[in-house]
Amino acid sequence: MSEANAPVSPVLSVRKLHKRYEDQHVLRGVEFDIHKGQVKAVLGPSGSGKSTMLRLMALLEPADDGEILLHGRRIGVRDGRAPGGLAVALPERELAKERRNIGMVFQKFNLFPHLSACRNVMLGLTSVKGIHHKDAEEQAMAMLASVGLSHRSGHFPSELSGGQQQRVAIARALVMNPDVLLFDEPTSALDPELVGEVLDVMESLANDGMTMIVVTHEVRFARRVADEVTLFDGGVIVEQAAPDEFFDNPQHERTRKFLSHVH
Amino acid sequence: MEFDVGIFLQQIVNPSYLSGAFLSVAVAVLSLVLATVIGFVVALGRTSRSRVAQGAAGLYTWFFRAIPALLVLLIIWNALPQLFPVLRQEWFSPFIAAFIGLGVVEAAFMAEIIRSALLSVDEGQALAGRALGMSPAKVMLKVILPQAIRIALPPTGNEFIGLVKFSSLASVISLQELLTTAQVGVNITFRYAEYYAAAIVYYLIIVSLLTLVQSQVEKKFVWTSRTRSKKLPRPETAGQGVFS
Repeated sequence: MSEANAPVSPVLSVRKLHKRYEDQHVLRGVEFDIHKGQVKAVLGPSGSGKSTMLRLMALLEPADDGEILLHGRRIGVRDGRAPGGLAVALPERELAKERRNIGMVFQKFNLFPHLSACRNVMLGLTSVKGIHHKDAEEQAMAMLASVGLSHRSGHFPSELSGGQQQRVAIARALVMNPDVLLFDEPTSALDPELVGEVLDVMESLANDGMTMIVVTHEVRFARRVADEVTLFDGGVIVEQAAPDEFFDNPQHERTRKFLSHVH
Repeated sequence: MEFDVGIFLQQIVNPSYLSGAFLSVAVAVLSLVLATVIGFVVALGRTSRSRVAQGAAGLYTWFFRAIPALLVLLIIWNALPQLFPVLRQEWFSPFIAAFIGLGVVEAAFMAEIIRSALLSVDEGQALAGRALGMSPAKVMLKVILPQAIRIALPPTGNEFIGLVKFSSLASVISLQELLTTAQVGVNITFRYAEYYAAAIVYYLIIVSLLTLVQSQVEKKFVWTSRTRSKKLPRPETAGQGVFS
């Protein structure tokens, strides 16, 4: 490519992102970047817009304004910018194709209850990538092994603990080989004693160089694993800094207040 | 006049009862298939974001829930051929008229069953499918439908049984289904009790078989590994039963 010497663009970035739900202005011009291999933790009170940002990044909901870029290329709209500055959102079928590069892990796992753990992981491979059943099964089993669940591959979601379900969900997203993995409060729906096993899997992913954005309330995880910590409040990013800076020497009063509540 | 067991038993094994019963079940099966197909489209229309689709689907449900099935059958068999000459030809039999008539009426009810089943699937399911990059059709086919079918099965079983009985309405358009068979026999012999009793036995058998089939189908929608492993033999033991 001719841009070989250009600075490497972030894997995923958002520019001036806005989102409104009826009378609520949930995102007010968010700017966010994540580079290859980075792990960013996003903290913030409920309703601050952090989960909404993830959904918009994953192209699961349309933005009202602003841009989402994957490797510097604008996604979710027809061929970059339309004349007049108004972007036209792609139809759902086209959006589906662009979503393949972005993985998502949900707070409530959202595993498919009618499929075994192995089939849950296989479904994206067979029905999106068109991979043959046998190969998909092999890949799925390998992925389940990497989250420590080989022995539960034939079990259905209703037969798995919350922690196991979330690990299957991580495997399901991971097997698609996404450029970036988004976690929407992955441990918030778990019993306290099951949080650790999920965080362990996420930490080993981070160590393997996976690019990750993690919306979380797990302050200790953010401190230990993240390269950068972000505080969201009122639909904007309040503070963004390396973990040590963020936790030990926050620059904003709002951050100090938030940390005093969660510590 | 007393109940003549001999006549009763004679009718039980009478081939015309058997063919009447077969016609009843066949009409019910075909109209349920038709109703499910139309009902699915109507349900999609009712849950669609398009106002036009919503309106058209609402109109269909409103119309066919209001009109008695008997009237629909009479219209299809008598009124439509009057309007469309093509329906005066040989191929347009009472059987075809019956299954289409019952099918379009039943579709209005199936649409509601399917709609509520689709809505009962957790929103996170479609979200997870979309996040994987699945197309809308794949999300429907691989994620939503398998879960919706489980919800829709018990009420659909009810509707199916209802259709077997509604097929008796087709007697007005001279379909030789089960009840017509009994009625014809009665008109000749005046052995009401024996002929009707034979019909009762047939209806009981049909509905019992359907109930059995329904519970077997429902078992396939129990999502645990335990029920599966019973059915699917382990690889190392598979095939032994065939040779032993």
